[in-house]
Amino acid sequence: MLDRIHTVKEIALKELEGVADQELLQAWRVKYLGRSAELGEILQGLKDLDSGQRPLVGREVNQAKAALEKAYESHEAELRIAALEQSLRYERLDVTLPGRPLPQGRLHPATQTLRRIYAIWAKMGFQVYRSREVETDEYNFELLNMPAHHPARDMWDTFHVTEPGILLRTHTSPGQIHVMRERAPEPIRVILPGMCYRYEQLTARSEIQFNQVEGLAVGRRITFADLKGTLTAFARRMFDRHVRTRFRAQHFPFTEPSAEMDIECFLCLGEGCGVCKYTGWLEILGCGMVHPTVLRNGGYDPEVFSGFAFGMGPERIAMLRYNIEDIRLFWGNDMRFLEQF
Amino acid sequence: MYIPLSWLKDYVEITIPVEELVKRLTLAGLEVEELRYVGLPFPDGSGREEMEGYLSPHTKISGLSWAPDKIVVGGVLEVMPHPNADRLVLCRLDDGQQEHIVLTGAPNLFPYKGLGLLEKPLKVAYAREGARIFDGHKTNQEWMILKRSKIRGVESYSMACSEKELGISEDHEGIIILDDDASIGTPLVEYMGDAVLDIAISPNIARNTNTLGIAREIAAIIGAPFHPPDYEVPWTGESIEGRVRIEIKVPELNPRFVLGLMEGITIKPSPYWVQRRLRLAAIRPINNIVDATNYAMLAIGEPLHAFDYDVLVERAGGKAPKIITRLAKPGERLMTLDDVDRDLDEFTVLVTDTAGALSIAGVMGGAESEVNENTVNVLLEGAAWDFINIRQTEASQKLTSEASYRFSRGVHPAMAERGVRFCLKMMQQLAGGTIAKGLVDEYPLPPKDPVVEVTPADAERWLGIHLEAWEMAEILKRLEFEVEVKGEHVKAKTPDHRLDIGEGVIGKADLMEEIARIYGYDRIPETQISDTIPPQYGNAKLEREEQIRDLLVRLGLQEVITYRITSEDREGQRFPQDAPKDDRPFLRLANPVTSDRVVMRHSLLASVLEVIERNARIRDRMAIFEVGPVYWVSEGEALPEERDQLVIALTGPREHATWLGADTSPMDFYDLKGLLEVLLDQLKMGERYYLPVEHPSFHPGKSARLILGESPVGVLGELHPLVHERYEFGENPVLAAELDLHSILERIPEAVTMLPVASYPPVLEDLAVVVEEAVAAKDVEDIIRKTGGRVLAGVRLFDLYRGEQIQEGKKSLAYALIYQAPDRTLTDSEVAKVRARIIEQLEKELDAKLRE
Repeated sequence: MLDRIHTVKEIALKELEGVADQELLQAWRVKYLGRSAELGEILQGLKDLDSGQRPLVGREVNQAKAALEKAYESHEAELRIAALEQSLRYERLDVTLPGRPLPQGRLHPATQTLRRIYAIWAKMGFQVYRSREVETDEYNFELLNMPAHHPARDMWDTFHVTEPGILLRTHTSPGQIHVMRERAPEPIRVILPGMCYRYEQLTARSEIQFNQVEGLAVGRRITFADLKGTLTAFARRMFDRHVRTRFRAQHFPFTEPSAEMDIECFLCLGEGCGVCKYTGWLEILGCGMVHPTVLRNGGYDPEVFSGFAFGMGPERIAMLRYNIEDIRLFWGNDMRFLEQF
Repeated sequence: MYIPLSWLKDYVEITIPVEELVKRLTLAGLEVEELRYVGLPFPDGSGREEMEGYLSPHTKISGLSWAPDKIVVGGVLEVMPHPNADRLVLCRLDDGQQEHIVLTGAPNLFPYKGLGLLEKPLKVAYAREGARIFDGHKTNQEWMILKRSKIRGVESYSMACSEKELGISEDHEGIIILDDDASIGTPLVEYMGDAVLDIAISPNIARNTNTLGIAREIAAIIGAPFHPPDYEVPWTGESIEGRVRIEIKVPELNPRFVLGLMEGITIKPSPYWVQRRLRLAAIRPINNIVDATNYAMLAIGEPLHAFDYDVLVERAGGKAPKIITRLAKPGERLMTLDDVDRDLDEFTVLVTDTAGALSIAGVMGGAESEVNENTVNVLLEGAAWDFINIRQTEASQKLTSEASYRFSRGVHPAMAERGVRFCLKMMQQLAGGTIAKGLVDEYPLPPKDPVVEVTPADAERWLGIHLEAWEMAEILKRLEFEVEVKGEHVKAKTPDHRLDIGEGVIGKADLMEEIARIYGYDRIPETQISDTIPPQYGNAKLEREEQIRDLLVRLGLQEVITYRITSEDREGQRFPQDAPKDDRPFLRLANPVTSDRVVMRHSLLASVLEVIERNARIRDRMAIFEVGPVYWVSEGEALPEERDQLVIALTGPREHATWLGADTSPMDFYDLKGLLEVLLDQLKMGERYYLPVEHPSFHPGKSARLILGESPVGVLGELHPLVHERYEFGENPVLAAELDLHSILERIPEAVTMLPVASYPPVLEDLAVVVEEAVAAKDVEDIIRKTGGRVLAGVRLFDLYRGEQIQEGKKSLAYALIYQAPDRTLTDSEVAKVRARIIEQLEKELDAKLRE
């Protein structure tokens, strides 16, 4: 009996060596380890043996079964690894085929630029305040220190509407008065973005409709030095952390002193390139200390309060950043243009 | 305005290079738009002779540099006929080294032809062989190098130049004939090399529309000695008293009027140096008297007018003329110098005499009394006018002049007298004659020159810098303020050449600007705001709007931004051709630039469809959106309502064909609806319905109105075929949604409340019912939901079937139902009961049949 057990085990192990796939392996398993396998039958027949032999045969059968189980498991693992190796070796994709496409949405480049501007100013404590596009002459000009027939009005070519005294705002500055009147006497730090309009011929450099972002800070201790520092910090965030800024005296009726800020060309860092016309500098924005008359019109006592304001054109900034040469591309909405951003 | 460097040097000692000067001026608010070299060498030391470029983003740089060895003063000794050409002459010319034969066609040498050796050589600008000059025959400034050639059989290698050839002006009528003080052989650049600064004059620096003003600024900015002109007049004639009188009717509009009288002058061309300066300043020389008035205006900023005195005497019937300034009478007319017979407005101020109008005050003179070649006696006017009034006249007459340019920006009345004095001297220098002693000066309304007090604390508060009182005083003195310092207090009296300084706190701000500008913006430090942080207000509306943009972009849409100014035709294109017109009033421009940009839009739809149309040929699939306002005018409201709209448009295949296969069927209503559903879900928007709608822009069977809560917020659907055909679209249907963004934004909930996540297993079951074709899916679902009650946690339509297996005119709707209770595992019998109720209810209400 013990010999028989030994022989079955030897035959089974020998046969196992020749098993090459999972199917045969399962068949082998049924054959040698299944219920009706010989070892199983021997085990079931134990009760018929005499009690002297029973433990010995029992132990022998169990040992043989355990050996076969173990052999099975290791053979099964070998087969699995072999199969995996096989598949890893032969399953090959053409990785150069294009991926499954998904539709791509994009924001308009003007929106993208506005977002960037909002984000930078938000981190500097300036929140967005918006106001209407169709304005009164009073808000667009008079309250901003430009009475009727004032020569400074020549700086803005204005679209008037048929209703007397109503116009399309030429700048976002009327928002200065709106926000001041709403919040006086609280200190203010806001940016005022929005669409503005100018009576212009449409050319590569001039548009009848354009975005502007104006900024306004009002408080009891706001100085021209603060204006310089704040705008320089903005320029470094917006363009390049190394750019230098330069402030030139300028005239705007609603600020005094007024300035224009140039930044060192962020493309060539002042070395000179086509975008900066080989001068190393770019004209970026106008700014100044809020004129006492404007503060007063906004409800702030100019003897106590001071403030600064600035204004920039997001499309112009986008033109510089992306080397866009024709401003008309913005509202032209050619997909070949829009899809580049 | 154009200002020659040489002229500036009359009044200020400039020792820094001109390029440096230009930069300093620009930084101090006198933006030099162009620096044009007229002879002087270029700064780069390259020895280049022509220039085209930029000195800074705001300053163009251009011009010609005259080589000292190639372009010199020459002396024409004799003008001889050309042997083979009547229209050319030959000149014997001495260039200081040798004699040359120079060929020219200049008409201004013809009078000397055949006169033999001239008494005195004519001084000319002589360019030697190899000199670089501008080509006189080209319309633009194109440079050329003088080369040896033969013209009509005579060898030519050099030339006497015109102004155009040397880049002085556009004049190519004749050659330059220099004043006699030019010495033969001197490099021309030494004699008259120059540079012209084109300076932008902003309204607040109107005082600087002249050489003296700019010179004063330069003196202040670079700290150089300033030499204003001497206004002492060498009176040589009899007294002016009794020979002319002045009456001012409206002093508010004419605060001052000054007259001077010149007698026995000779009208002739001005000497070359005067002509050259005028031309460099872009003023055409006329004759010595007119030139003198223009010269004085360019020099110190007071526009002047010269009358022929004898004409005035004649008009006064031989008596002393009386000059009256007054408003124009109704129907009054005047023929101005530009030969236009003008109908005058009643607000226009005139200079008149007893016989009628002489000139439009401050704008343009009349033809009759102007100086002509026979004039012998000249009455010179210098006056002050209200700048707003002059602007109104300019606008109404559509007439501007060098004089009105200045008067419409404000000229201080003190300049009237200075102008007359300066010009009298100039006229005498150019035209001889005598100056009648004294001036007739009516000055009814002298302006108040504000006195402003500033302290170091002001500089601290406004500018953020510490300046001592004396430092501020020093700066103001350089700008000719009369300054008094008492301790910390600087009391500054505004000089009588400027009108831009206010009083009180405004005056302080004005002075701070002057101090900062001259001190130098670059010397002011960069600091961070030290003031209190203001209260923080969010901008929920903007945040939501941006959230919607982001969601749509995530859903694969491209944002577009279109013109908000449009035309009624363009707006009307979103409706079928013969649909009733949009009769709601538009906000209309009074002064449109083009006829297709006239009104403010009522909808974004037309503009967005135009974008689809514009791109139809290059893109077959488009998914775009725009967010922006539309403008609603309402009766009795001066300002329109600006209401934000959202328009979405889709067209083309659902997917592009790929090697993986794709659904390339055209997008339809359900693509658009699906997209909106995701958008609304993401916005956590609650109850919404889609109801069939009749809207002229949309296909009546393939469009719906979107209802949020109780309110309609817009329409979505396939474009009406009659609208589709009005645009050049492709074949595919165009889907669009026109939504009132304002209403959507209002309904976005502030916050979402979390519902507990179910912890008991759901029971999943399918339910298919057959209903009449006309039954709306929404009604079926509503009944299922309502009847299912709390344990029905989800309903999803997963199949819609029409066809052989069911009766014609019916459809089968198959739903996946999820039953779930928050507090227990549902039993099969519980679910069966609910299911039976649902079926029963569907049968009862919709005559639905369970499909087995």
